[in-house]
Amino acid sequence: MVLGRSFEDMCAQMYYRGKMFGFVHLYNGQEAVSTGFVKCLKPEDYVCSTYRDHVHALSKGVPARAVMSELFGKATGICRGQGGSMHMFSKEHGLLGGFAFIGEGIPVATGAAFKTKYEREVLKNDKADAVTVAFFGDGTCNNGQFFECLNMAALWKLPIIFVVENNLWAIGMSHYRATSVPEIWKKGPAFGMPGIHVDGMDVLKVREVALEAVARARRGDGPTLVECETYRFRGHSLADPDELRKPAEKAHYAARDPIIALKKYLLESGLVDETDLRSIDKKIDEIVEDAVEFADASPLPPRSQLLENVFADPKGFGIGPDGKYRCEDPAFTAGTAQV
Amino acid sequence: MGLSSIAYDLGSGLNGPMSISHLSSPRQQLAFSAKSCSRACITVRAADGNSGSMRAPPSTVRASKLVTNAVAVKSETASIAATKSGHELLLFEALREGLEEEMERDPRVCVLGEDVGHYGGSYKVTKGLAEKFGDLRVLDTPIAENSFTGMAVGAAMTGLRPIVEGMNMGFLLLAYNQISNNCGMLHYTSGGQFTIPVVIRGPGGVGRQLGAEHSQRLESYFQSVPGLQMVACSTPYNAKGLMKAAIRSENPVILCEHVLLYNLKERIPDEEYVCCLERAELVRPGKDVTILTYSRMRHHVLQAAKSLINKGYDPEIIDIISLKPFDLHTIGNSIKKTHKVLIVEECMRTGGIGASLRASIMDNFWDYLDAPIMCLSSQDVPTPYAGTLEEATVVQPPQIVKAIKQLCG
Repeated sequence: MVLGRSFEDMCAQMYYRGKMFGFVHLYNGQEAVSTGFVKCLKPEDYVCSTYRDHVHALSKGVPARAVMSELFGKATGICRGQGGSMHMFSKEHGLLGGFAFIGEGIPVATGAAFKTKYEREVLKNDKADAVTVAFFGDGTCNNGQFFECLNMAALWKLPIIFVVENNLWAIGMSHYRATSVPEIWKKGPAFGMPGIHVDGMDVLKVREVALEAVARARRGDGPTLVECETYRFRGHSLADPDELRKPAEKAHYAARDPIIALKKYLLESGLVDETDLRSIDKKIDEIVEDAVEFADASPLPPRSQLLENVFADPKGFGIGPDGKYRCEDPAFTAGTAQV
Repeated sequence: MGLSSIAYDLGSGLNGPMSISHLSSPRQQLAFSAKSCSRACITVRAADGNSGSMRAPPSTVRASKLVTNAVAVKSETASIAATKSGHELLLFEALREGLEEEMERDPRVCVLGEDVGHYGGSYKVTKGLAEKFGDLRVLDTPIAENSFTGMAVGAAMTGLRPIVEGMNMGFLLLAYNQISNNCGMLHYTSGGQFTIPVVIRGPGGVGRQLGAEHSQRLESYFQSVPGLQMVACSTPYNAKGLMKAAIRSENPVILCEHVLLYNLKERIPDEEYVCCLERAELVRPGKDVTILTYSRMRHHVLQAAKSLINKGYDPEIIDIISLKPFDLHTIGNSIKKTHKVLIVEECMRTGGIGASLRASIMDNFWDYLDAPIMCLSSQDVPTPYAGTLEEATVVQPPQIVKAIKQLCG
C-alpha cells in the first residue's frame, strides 16, 4: 500500500514537471482494495483493471521501474511505451490491462475466467484453477457490459471476482445522481451470485472477503460480486480540478486513510514497532526514486518501433505492389514504410 | 476439342488461389481458372496463340456453353462430371468443413455466438459441431454481442483461439467497442505481449427483402480499424480456405460472408488446403479491363462477363478477397496490363472499400491508367424492404455491362 501511495505521489510530481503526459488517474486512498485482493492471488491468476491501474500493476508484481518508464513513454516501459498510463499490460504477471473505456475490461476478464474453465473441462487439465479479478468503479456499474458479464459469469460458473471500487464519484457525477439503486452489492444476487459489501478503507476486512471469494472461485463455485466502499483522495485525474466534492466528505474519508489505519493497528497490536515502519518507508522511497531515475535514463522508443506490434503476424500489412510482403521492406523495420 | 480441354485443375493451386502460370498450353491459360469456372461462362478463345485484338467479332469466338445462371448451379461440363476427385458441397458446408478440421487439429479452437451450439447456427455453419465437440467448445451465448466478443478477446489473450459468430454482421455493430478497441489494439498497446488470434465472422450484405437492419454492408465500417485483417469469401473453395487461414492466423481476422452465397455449390479438393489471407484471386485473365470485385458482386460480374465476352470484350476479373490489406501486387500487375479499372462492390459509395481501393490504385499505379477508375457501389441508402427498390440498391449485371462499354468504348 505504501508503495502504491508513494508511487502515485511521485507520479503527480513528475506530471507537473512535464515528465508524463495525457490522462493520469491516481489511486491515492484506494490502496486497501488493490492490496487486499491482489495479495491473495497466485502468480498464475489474472487481474484486469481500468485506467486507474498503476497500483493494480504494482500489487500484481510489475516492477515499479517498468511502470514508471511506461508513464514516461520510454522504450523500457512495461508496454514499450506504447500503452501509457491507462494501458498497463503484463503477460508475465497476468495483468490483462489497463483499459480507457469503462466496462470494456470486464468482458476481457470474463474471457480469462472462461479460459480456466475451458482448460479444466475441455483440455482436461485438473490443475487449471487460475482465478481472475476484475476491478472497476461505481460508474461502470450502470454500463451494459457489467450486467452482461454478471449474467454470463454466473451462468457458466466462471472463476471470476467482480470488485467494485465504489469511490462515489465518476469524474464529477455522484453515484447517487446516476444510479437508481445505489447499493451495487444487491445486484449480485439478481444474477445468481453472492453480493458482498465491505469497507474498502480497511485492508484487513477487504482481505478477509477476498480470501473467501478467491477460494470460492478456485473451488469452482462461481463468481462473486464485491462492493468496496472506498474513496479517492485526489481528483479523477491530474487534470480534474475536483471542485464538486464537499470538503466534509473528503475529510471524513481522509480520517479513514487505509495506510494510517493499518499502521495504527500494527503498532497497537505490537506486531511491529516504529523503526520497522520507518525502514519500510525508506525502502519504498528508494524503490520509487530508483524507478524515476531508471525511467529518466531510459531511451525513448525509436522510430523503428512504430509498426512493429500492430500485427502479431506482420504479414497482416499485406502484399505491396512489388509482390513482396510489406513487412519484408527494410523501411518497415525502420518504421518509415508506407502501409 | 470440347470442354474437356478446359483447365479444371483440382489438384493444383492448393496453397493459394488462382495461379495459372503452371498451366501448360496457351489455350488452357485463356480459360477461366478452375475454382470459379463451374458457374462462369466457359468460352474457349481461338487457339492460334496470336491474340491480336481482344475484341474479335463474335463469329470468330467459339462460345460453346453459355451458363444462364451465374450463381449456384450444378456444373454442366462433361469434364467436371467425369472428374472423380474432390467432393461437391455448398458454401456453408465448406465453412463448416474448414471449421471442423481446424477444431480437430487444435483443441484450443472454439466457437462462440448466438445459437451456434444446439441450434447448429442460423445458417447451419456450425451444425453438428456441438454434438461432436461439446457445449463448451461450441458455446451458445446469451444475446450480449459486446460482452461475448470481449470474452473472446480475453480468452484469446490467455491462450485460446476463439471464433466469434455474429448471427448477422450487423449485430456485430454492438460489439464495435470490443472489436475496435480491444481486438484491433491490444497487441499494440500491450507492446506486443498479448496476441489476439480471434476470427470474427458472420453473414452480411443485402439478402432477399430482409429489411434494412439485416441487409447491411459493413465492410467499410471495420476497414479503418488498425490491427485487424479483413477478408471476404465468395466461393466454397475460398470459404473453406479462408476459414482455415483465419483460424491459423495470429492476427485478429474478420471473415465477411454473404447471406445469399451460402447455398453456392462447388467441387472442392479432398486434400487439405489453406488459402492465403493477403492474396487476391485471379478469376479470369483478360486484356481489356481490370474488374476488381469481392463477395456476391463477383458473381454479378461473372454474369455480366458472359454478355461482355459475347460482345467481344476480354475483361480480367479479380476477386480481391483481402479487403484489408489490399493485394496490390495482383491488382497492380493487372492494371499494368489493361490500363483500365472498374471496381464493382456491394459496399456503399461513401467511404467504402471501393473508395479506399481507388485511392490505393491512384497512389501506386497512376502512370498506368488510361482512364479514370470507375467504381460501381451500392446506393448510400438503408436497404429498402420492397423488392424493386432493393434490387436498385445493389449493383446489377446490366450496370456492369454498361460501365465496361463506357470504359472500353
